[in-house]
Amino acid sequence: MQAHVSQNYLKKRAGRDKRFIAFSYAAILLAGAFLVFFFVDIVHSAWPAFEQAELRVEVNYNDQARKMGDNALDENVSYLVSRGFTRLIPNLLREDPSLLGTSEDKWVLADSEVDQYLKGKPNRLRKAERQLVDTMRAEGRARLAFNKGFFLNGDSKLPEMAGIWAAAVGSLYVLIITLAFSFPLGVATAIYLEEFAPDNRLMQVVEVNINNLAAIPSILFGLLGLSIFINFMGVPRSSALVGGLTLSLMTLPVIIISTRAAILAIPDSIREGALALGATRWQMVITNILPLSLPGILTGTIIGLARAIGETAPLMIVGMMAYIPEAPDGFTSAATVLPAQIYTWSSDSMRAFTERTSAGIIVLLAVMLLMNGAAIYLRNKYETKW
Amino acid sequence: MPKFLKNLIVAAAVIAFGAGMAQARDQVKIVGSSTVYPFSSYVAEELGATTKFKSPVVESTGSGGGHKLFGNGVGLDTPDITNSSRRMKASEFEKDQKAGITEITEALIGYDGIAIAQNGANPDFSVTKDELAMAVAADVPMNGKMVKNPYKTWDQINPALPKRPILIYGPPTSSGTRDAFAEMVLGHFANKNKDLYNPISPSNKAEKYEAVREDGVYVPAGENDNLIVQKLTKDKDAFGIFGYSYLEENSDRIKGAKIDGVSPDPATIASGEYPISRSLYFYVKKAHLDKVPGMREYIELFMSEKMIGSRGLLKRIGLIPLADELRAKVQKDVLSYKNLTLDDLKK
Repeated sequence: MQAHVSQNYLKKRAGRDKRFIAFSYAAILLAGAFLVFFFVDIVHSAWPAFEQAELRVEVNYNDQARKMGDNALDENVSYLVSRGFTRLIPNLLREDPSLLGTSEDKWVLADSEVDQYLKGKPNRLRKAERQLVDTMRAEGRARLAFNKGFFLNGDSKLPEMAGIWAAAVGSLYVLIITLAFSFPLGVATAIYLEEFAPDNRLMQVVEVNINNLAAIPSILFGLLGLSIFINFMGVPRSSALVGGLTLSLMTLPVIIISTRAAILAIPDSIREGALALGATRWQMVITNILPLSLPGILTGTIIGLARAIGETAPLMIVGMMAYIPEAPDGFTSAATVLPAQIYTWSSDSMRAFTERTSAGIIVLLAVMLLMNGAAIYLRNKYETKW
Repeated sequence: MPKFLKNLIVAAAVIAFGAGMAQARDQVKIVGSSTVYPFSSYVAEELGATTKFKSPVVESTGSGGGHKLFGNGVGLDTPDITNSSRRMKASEFEKDQKAGITEITEALIGYDGIAIAQNGANPDFSVTKDELAMAVAADVPMNGKMVKNPYKTWDQINPALPKRPILIYGPPTSSGTRDAFAEMVLGHFANKNKDLYNPISPSNKAEKYEAVREDGVYVPAGENDNLIVQKLTKDKDAFGIFGYSYLEENSDRIKGAKIDGVSPDPATIASGEYPISRSLYFYVKKAHLDKVPGMREYIELFMSEKMIGSRGLLKRIGLIPLADELRAKVQKDVLSYKNLTLDDLKK
């Protein structure tokens, strides 16, 4: 048979090839451009949140300050200082009466309006107040300092006091619960399905359902969590426990599927080798299958948890989208999580919260990047090629 | 497998048991309106920061959702207080009674104006409540008949208004702001034109005509009012409907329209001169007063002059205070934990 390929056809084929590559390249460029735009926008608006205005003022611990903290400050300055500082003065004096009658010159947190003014943003300071801030800045009594409070405080209605600590601890508690429930359950289920389960109708139904669960919109898990954990089992609303349990329902299918994939990748020769040496199937799983599939299992688990940490919808339904300024002190006490905190700030009417919203997003992104990075590292380090 | 099942059951039992023990509470739980939420959480924060009590948990569930959770019973797993951007409905009160919540105290804390705002660079805009209703309603009367809302520009409604496309970003159906707007603007308009509405609604209920048009002129913009503010800064034709505090906070870039000749500001809203404003409340489950530490203190702090007074802290974040006389009466009633009755709600 004579191969007869026209020159024209070859040219067309090469053209199609080139066009396809060009389109793919353009798609990547477009996705990259969106990503860059998003990052530049977020970082740009988050940047100011990492600095916070402080004022150097004289604090007089006088008699009147025992009732109203504002009285410890000069009348003109007291409007410029954060209530987060002045409201604590009466307590301070009650706990340490020896302070009474003394005074000190120190840096204190400024009101968010002063902060916004120093950052050149719209604010509600009056003209006289602006002039006062200007004078203080000229005298070196007003400054923008690194915002430690953002990392150490919980939520607050005073923008200058608001921080992500409580939400971060809440997220950690929720993740611990999620991991504690979904990891053992998920791995056990996957091992049973892969190594022990008979191939019958029932198991096929189970399998289809698990795959289906992985694709269910997360808000449905919230409704499930509400009716099972809160209404039926009586787990306290808004607690890290109920949030973690709800998210473990969501993470479970992800872990099962990735564990099964990892187990499936182990060649049968390993199993046969173990069994030939007289191991029982249980021993084979424990000594061979589990250690070999562990990198894959961990990768899947971390990716599942990274998804869980960014989840908001199901947690809203179980009451975690709330004003909870204190970090939880146990699994049953009220807690909020990072994405819920970001959402609450984004809908606040005060504009000083805008920069904190973006800063919160950056922290969440950093945590997720870290988790996904860990997953990739583990995969590359322990990956076995057969 | 049986062992695995057994473990599962044990785990479930531990959860149920552990949770059962945690029911004695050391923290006040509050649910309800997203409009009252900022004020409520401000007071919660102050209580947590200046006393030995833990900060109350304030959840923003919407007024309706709040009453529903509140009405679940008197057990300590139900909320102690629900915030509401409207008065409790008689039906909700009756449901509460049936659930065993026989003693409720009502607290009126102040007002919230609903602003109709536009881009700050635009010329001033002034409409009447009726014109606003004709711009937003799904059906409007025309030549003695009800027709689908045909208006596309403001001058079609009233030639004195500018020739400018009608485009309004407002809250979605789930929102209390939307309910209040529908009741005060559309309901008011429907009540005024009862005869016209009558042929279609024999029951003579105006509520049916609180429907908002769905032809793209009114755009439901989600619960986040900051997004509407951003839209207004970009789109000069658009108007936005949201709580007064968002207008105040963004007064450098947006401005409120005059309604019936009155611009929204704290004085006109408090006096009732500005026609679209509503009262804000919270409701107390008295059965919990002695069981939940900090609950009385929270209520006392909230009702204090320091918070809701004419120069109180909540005014700074957008609450419109009650008139002095009314405030004094409300403070007295609330702190003596006066029982709410069905007759009160019918007034």
